[in-house]
Amino acid sequence: MSPRLAPERVPTAGVSARPRSAVRRRISKVTLYGTLIVASAFLLLPFFWLLMSSLKKDNDVFTVPIRWIPEIFEWHNYVDIWVNADMGIWLKNTMILSIVVTLLQVFTGSFAAYGFSRIRFPGRNALFLGYVATIAVPWQAYMVPQFIMLSKVGLTNTLWSMIALQAFGAFGVFLMKQFYETVPEELSEAARVDGLSEFGIYRRIMLPLSVPAIASLALLTFVKTWNDYLGPRIYLRDRDLFTIQLGLKTFTADPQHASQFALVMTGSVLSVVPIAIIFMAGQRYFVEGIATSGMKG
Amino acid sequence: MTTVVEPGLRRRRNRLRWRNTVSGWTFILPNFVGFALLTLVPIVALIYISFTNWNAFGAADWMGLKNYTRLFKDRSYRVALWNTVYYTVFHLPLTLAVSLGLALLLNRKIKAVAFFRTAAFFPYITSVVAIAIVWNLLFSPEYGPINQVLSFIGVDNPPRWTVSSDWSMPAIIIVATWREMGYYMILFLAGLQAIPRELYEAARVDGASSWGRFRNVTVPCLRPTTFFVTVMLSIESFKVFDLILVMTDGGPGQSTFVLSQMIFNKAFVENQYGYASAVSVSLFVICLAITVFQFLVNRRIER
Repeated sequence: MSPRLAPERVPTAGVSARPRSAVRRRISKVTLYGTLIVASAFLLLPFFWLLMSSLKKDNDVFTVPIRWIPEIFEWHNYVDIWVNADMGIWLKNTMILSIVVTLLQVFTGSFAAYGFSRIRFPGRNALFLGYVATIAVPWQAYMVPQFIMLSKVGLTNTLWSMIALQAFGAFGVFLMKQFYETVPEELSEAARVDGLSEFGIYRRIMLPLSVPAIASLALLTFVKTWNDYLGPRIYLRDRDLFTIQLGLKTFTADPQHASQFALVMTGSVLSVVPIAIIFMAGQRYFVEGIATSGMKG
Repeated sequence: MTTVVEPGLRRRRNRLRWRNTVSGWTFILPNFVGFALLTLVPIVALIYISFTNWNAFGAADWMGLKNYTRLFKDRSYRVALWNTVYYTVFHLPLTLAVSLGLALLLNRKIKAVAFFRTAAFFPYITSVVAIAIVWNLLFSPEYGPINQVLSFIGVDNPPRWTVSSDWSMPAIIIVATWREMGYYMILFLAGLQAIPRELYEAARVDGASSWGRFRNVTVPCLRPTTFFVTVMLSIESFKVFDLILVMTDGGPGQSTFVLSQMIFNKAFVENQYGYASAVSVSLFVICLAITVFQFLVNRRIER
């Protein structure tokens, strides 16, 4: 079952009618909020500093004492970065990759998950075990033979290699299967009796029911592809093919720009903003997707 | 089941079975082709390549166990293994504790709970590149905000963080924990909310203190989640890489040189695919061993 992270179902601490505990409850509440505020300050301060530094002059990023808020907001940093770096190319490549990979992962993942959860055939469970087992194998352990294979077929240094690398993950199959298991078997049985084909059941019944799960998978895949650095670093050589992460890192490492702290920060902000927007819009699905994939091991 | 199956029925059953097999595979195939070619085949090929001296030009001779004997004598390998263990030993319990703590704090009726959850989760969805850029600057020894705060509160010789070989690994561990705790917090929250409320109420009726309720209700009920998180965290810790690659690139010296960095360097900088594969196999075996070990321990506790 997919757990909902709704606060209503949460056991509340220390609810009793005795008057003595009223003061105690108040104190514990203040401590709780205090802790939470300190914790979230620690969590968010780096982002605040990033955002503010992106609006400073290069020389003002490091000052003693620290100045958190710039004296003059240098908005033109956000124009300069497009001229100084290939921001447009990077964003375009990353966008293409993220969209294609997400579509493929959602399509093949949900399709395969239907086969695993709704159709009984010999060898099914063994096959699924193979899928699950590879989730525990770190990518770093097989990235070398994978690279050799993809270079043999001439896919290195193309965006195709990135698509191949990320579109067929076992994770998507696993996530979707977890969700399909929660849909009552009787629904598909009834449809089967009514003469609907397996594909019909998938399209007409499972797909519409699994919109939240698909949203989770799509968002998680999109963010993962957008943020991937290692894959592009290994496979992409041409500057025209750089993704935002690879481009940004190359830009920072370039001695010509290394001291342009503010501009580097501006680029970082731009690389995070799309993800932040997507995350704010679909937070619920992120949380549910992660919580579901964590259930039942 | 004892009735004799008439031949017509059996034929029909066989036909159904055949049809199910075909349609099952049809559903699985689009994903399976990609999965088999890009995950299963490489994993099998890895073991073969680790016994050869494969390089960028594809000339491969069978080397037997040479790569592995070389591995045991390689000082860099020992450093990498040691650093990976060092990272894991601190990162795992720290992240476990912090994310469980956060989950416990956020698992109640409070205002702005959504905001706090977002704050905790946001680092996880931010790219490592942006994170590395920000934290590297935050950690700058002379003018970085962190050391300014440290000297402000009276630390005389604040650590030199990513430019010192003693403090680079702690710096990495701090950033990694900061980045990942939101993710594990969500897993813990899901686990906490699956605990039936009645158990807490019963414990309260029996006069259990809040510590008692935590020890005797929360901890045992949360065990499956804790187990899962521990397995995930161990594997994630042993394969740690992209954060290190962008923050310190294994340095300064070899102070943050980990197993994955060694695989990367041997394969993609020095083109020694065969030797890199031997290192990969060792990483693979370590992760497998950890998972199996944890499963065994878990089963024993459950009994």
